[in-house]
Amino acid sequence: MNTANNTGGLRPIRRLLWATVAGTALAFGAAALWRAFTPSDLPAPRVTGEAAIVNSYSLTDHAGRSVTPDSYDGQWQLVFFGFTFCPNICPTTLAYIASVMDILGPEADQVAPIFVTVDPARDTVDVMAEYVAAFHPRLIGLTGTEAQAAEATANFRVWYERSEGADAPDGYLMAHSGYIYLMRPDGGFDTVYREGDQPPEALADEILMRIERDERS
Amino acid sequence: MKLFLAAVCTAMFSAAALAEVVVSDPWARASILASRPGAAYLTLRSDADDRLLSATTPVADHVMIHASETDADSVARMIHLDALDLPAGRMVRFAPGGMHLMLMGLAGKLDEGASFPLTLTFERAGAITVGVPVLGVAATGPEVEP
Repeated sequence: MNTANNTGGLRPIRRLLWATVAGTALAFGAAALWRAFTPSDLPAPRVTGEAAIVNSYSLTDHAGRSVTPDSYDGQWQLVFFGFTFCPNICPTTLAYIASVMDILGPEADQVAPIFVTVDPARDTVDVMAEYVAAFHPRLIGLTGTEAQAAEATANFRVWYERSEGADAPDGYLMAHSGYIYLMRPDGGFDTVYREGDQPPEALADEILMRIERDERS
Repeated sequence: MKLFLAAVCTAMFSAAALAEVVVSDPWARASILASRPGAAYLTLRSDADDRLLSATTPVADHVMIHASETDADSVARMIHLDALDLPAGRMVRFAPGGMHLMLMGLAGKLDEGASFPLTLTFERAGAITVGVPVLGVAATGPEVEP
């Protein structure tokens, strides 16, 4: 019953996301992102099925290994974009993902929690290693070059901006969309969640239900 | 004229004496890297209309009052406030994901279990110093909810 409520509650979010996808892709995808990060280096975003969100990236994990979504093939993936200079939303969301992992118990083995930085210049491999370890032993931190991070955010339709400010840490603050993406074991996009929309127990239930449904089929 | 000034002073004084701000449930999240900003949270309630003008602490170079706004597209944006209005009688809560005090230029990591003083300066109530306990990185608030 929880599940039905949650799914119903998510429908407007999903609808909102699709609207966001269109708006973001047009307004910012075209202008800000592509202009800021050498467009020639970026592949055109591919669209699979009806989802405009594509699980595609080439990044470096916090252990220094080159990874792509194939590296997590066979696992459900919880993907969140943020940055380590973010003192409020990012640690709150990562702690939330960590408690979802704990609640999942043994089933957590089937889930890869992934934190992708939108600030790769400051979030180096070493920084990511120290940062993710503080939240959960299973949390994976991904970084890369500016172009690689831009490609990942473009594929996930993650919008972020950099605002310059003399009083900001190292001169800039960042704003970003706060979705947690759930990707299926085959790498396809499943749905999005937001921290604060449901307690970690409810999200763990949602994921468990999907794992069970997937195993039955 | 003297009398007038005296009257003004008395009025200001009594206003200041009446204005009382209650600061409750202060806490900060443990930091992971000393070079990254920290965040502190608390709840404010003032008897009279007042404004939080600034916050200072020996553990950080400066403290910024940040509102956090999430727009219809779920984009989270921090908004720097020069001062925070405290309408009389209204509870103003700083909480994870929302309003926070951003601690910039930390002298060192904020370690879980430690605590540090934080001085809040209000327009009318003056300066109030509270002890801020440092909770774990995954904490969502003090143990005892208000």
